[in-house]
Amino acid sequence: MGLFDRLKEGLRKTRDALGGALVRIVKGRKLDEELLEEIEETLLRADVGVATSARLIDELREAGKRGEVREGEQVLPFLKSHLAERLAAGRIVFAPEKPTVILIVGVNGSGKTTSIAKLAGWLRERGKTVVLGAGDTFRAAAVEQLTIWSKRLGIEIVKQDTGADPAAVAFDAADAAVSRGADVLIVDTAGRLHTQEHLMRELEKIRRVLGKRIPGAPHETLLVLDATTGQNAVQQARRFHEATPVTGIILAKLDGTARGGAVLSIKDELDLPVKFVGVGEKLPDIEVFDPVAYVEALFS
Amino acid sequence: MFESLTQRLTGLFSRLTGGAGRLTEDSVKEAVREVKRALLEADVSLEVARTFTDAVKEKAVGREGMEGVTHAQQFVKIVHDELQALMGGETKGIEFDVSGTTVIMMVGLQGSGKTTTCGKLALWLRRKHKKSPMLVAADIQRPAAIEQLKVLGKSLDVPVHFEEGGRPPRICARAVEQARKQGSDVVILDTAGRLHIDEPLMEELAAVKREAKPHLVYLVADAMTGQDAVKSSAAFHERLGLSGVILTKLDGDARGGAALSIRQVTGCPVIFVGVGEKLDALDLFHPERMAGRILGMGDIVSLVEEAQDKIDKDEAQRVAERMFLKSFNLDDMLMQLEQVQKMGSLKDLVKKLPGQFAEALGEQELDDRMLARQKAILQSMTPFERLNPEEIHAQRRQRIARGSGTTLNDVNELLKSFKQMRKQMKEIKGTLMGRMGARQMEKRKAKILKEMKKGRIPGLPGM
Repeated sequence: MGLFDRLKEGLRKTRDALGGALVRIVKGRKLDEELLEEIEETLLRADVGVATSARLIDELREAGKRGEVREGEQVLPFLKSHLAERLAAGRIVFAPEKPTVILIVGVNGSGKTTSIAKLAGWLRERGKTVVLGAGDTFRAAAVEQLTIWSKRLGIEIVKQDTGADPAAVAFDAADAAVSRGADVLIVDTAGRLHTQEHLMRELEKIRRVLGKRIPGAPHETLLVLDATTGQNAVQQARRFHEATPVTGIILAKLDGTARGGAVLSIKDELDLPVKFVGVGEKLPDIEVFDPVAYVEALFS
Repeated sequence: MFESLTQRLTGLFSRLTGGAGRLTEDSVKEAVREVKRALLEADVSLEVARTFTDAVKEKAVGREGMEGVTHAQQFVKIVHDELQALMGGETKGIEFDVSGTTVIMMVGLQGSGKTTTCGKLALWLRRKHKKSPMLVAADIQRPAAIEQLKVLGKSLDVPVHFEEGGRPPRICARAVEQARKQGSDVVILDTAGRLHIDEPLMEELAAVKREAKPHLVYLVADAMTGQDAVKSSAAFHERLGLSGVILTKLDGDARGGAALSIRQVTGCPVIFVGVGEKLDALDLFHPERMAGRILGMGDIVSLVEEAQDKIDKDEAQRVAERMFLKSFNLDDMLMQLEQVQKMGSLKDLVKKLPGQFAEALGEQELDDRMLARQKAILQSMTPFERLNPEEIHAQRRQRIARGSGTTLNDVNELLKSFKQMRKQMKEIKGTLMGRMGARQMEKRKAKILKEMKKGRIPGLPGM
């Protein structure tokens, strides 16, 4: 299955729910207030959020006034071009000198560890050597979970016991990545709610320690967001971004019926791009985020 | 931060109505739109929000105005009551099976918090009901899930049934058998997280239910869930016949509208809420608090409970009395600063306050240095000054600044924020009264005073 197909497949349910609904709604109708309201509701159902939905609808209304969009059938192309533009692509940026350090952060249960495994697999497939840092020293058996993945992938993992200082693990992992000449180091962190100030400060420390050992690290800080999360996703992104500048988002669990529409608000408000999407529990179930494919899949 | 619904509606109604009189259809219509917006921002599902606001509209139109209560307050009360009613009555907790062994099956999406909640529930059952629970590792999907449950079991000193390999339905059935033999009176089945559209895995859950015959099936749901809550909970309910819901991660700042959606879709009560990472962070569900939280009124009750453990009871009682009976002075402010220091992070605390209050505070920088500075200023005042803030004129201010090693500006700022606080407290008191009506207010006051005699802290500890 090709990259595009896999993403499409992952988004099939989403498309049925959202795109399908939109196609049905707009068919054979004129763009009027009633139709605008129905389109707005469709966006709301996709967790796009009240403010962002309203803004999109305003733009659509304006386009209607300018005569750009008159018929229902023109709504989808309009939304498509607008949304894809808004969701401009984000790519992993590799450091000029290896290793490139990727720090993974997120709230509890968002899918960090699984995403790390998938990301490591994705990188390995592209010929990169990867070292994992088991920085979730808080949750019971989190280290074991990542260790199992590292064995399956056949890649090195740097770990300490549960309860160890995550910054120390990060430092050791950075050390190991440098001495092994690895291309990429991925550092896991414990899930933390963005409202826990002391844990957010801990992220800062991990960041600092990584930067001390490897100049410029972490080069990427990816926030793992659960696609089933509603409007709180925006708040999560905001807080994590404040605590440790986030460079991109991994939108996990996109293989269910959830749509993760909050990423539109996050892009609008914080200008954070989605870099990867998670579409299943198996190793190959990660894809580079493709805004056009995403929006196409949403609305086609 | 979301603008509080009360605030929004206040502005709206003052525009729409010229004071007293009935709530007209037009004014209600716009207010209903605001409520719907608030609910959507809180992640209540669109359909549920619509049904809900229709019901509110019906109740609100033509309602007579009440003396001393603004339209906004009256309307918010209708909304709040309706929401609370939909959320269900007070939690009963768990009904145990007469056979002597109650089997509880935990289900949910990946990452909702099942395994941690299993541990929390085991601890809760032992503490509150003197039960001897057994945990069953039926998650054979996620790497190290069994290990995680084993670690939890060990730290709680609760037995964990696990098998290497085998099918979850058989594992669970054998575990129940084993539990009966060894005298465990509650069995908690930790199943693997799964998508509600994953047919083979949903069938596996149905098989667990058939073979292990749980008395209770709890859906563990993430409080941060958005519109999807309706679909996933409906699917689990359809397949398994849920008996209750446990809402996790409520210690974050999600408004938790999913609670209402899930409740509406499944008809199942929310039984417990997860409120922290520690294993004792499990509370019974309180519909009133949830209603307030969804509407952005702030989780005052929870804040008070949290404060109870940490705040000096006598002093807090004094402040509570002042809040209701007398005026708030700088002595109280000093005391509260000290209490706040005991309670930990200021920002965490402020998040629990209602929007209007938090906003007033949010403008100031909330860090611990500021706290220390404010404390120094207050301590440099004489008792007379603290009791009579109005008497602190220019000369006194300068002396206080010198004494506390701060600037005149700092002292002025403190007095300004004190005045603001006092004003906010009056408003909150007004809002509470408005929401409750005078008679209820009296009742509440009596109850609060009674509580205080028991050494609990009612009202708002404030800052």
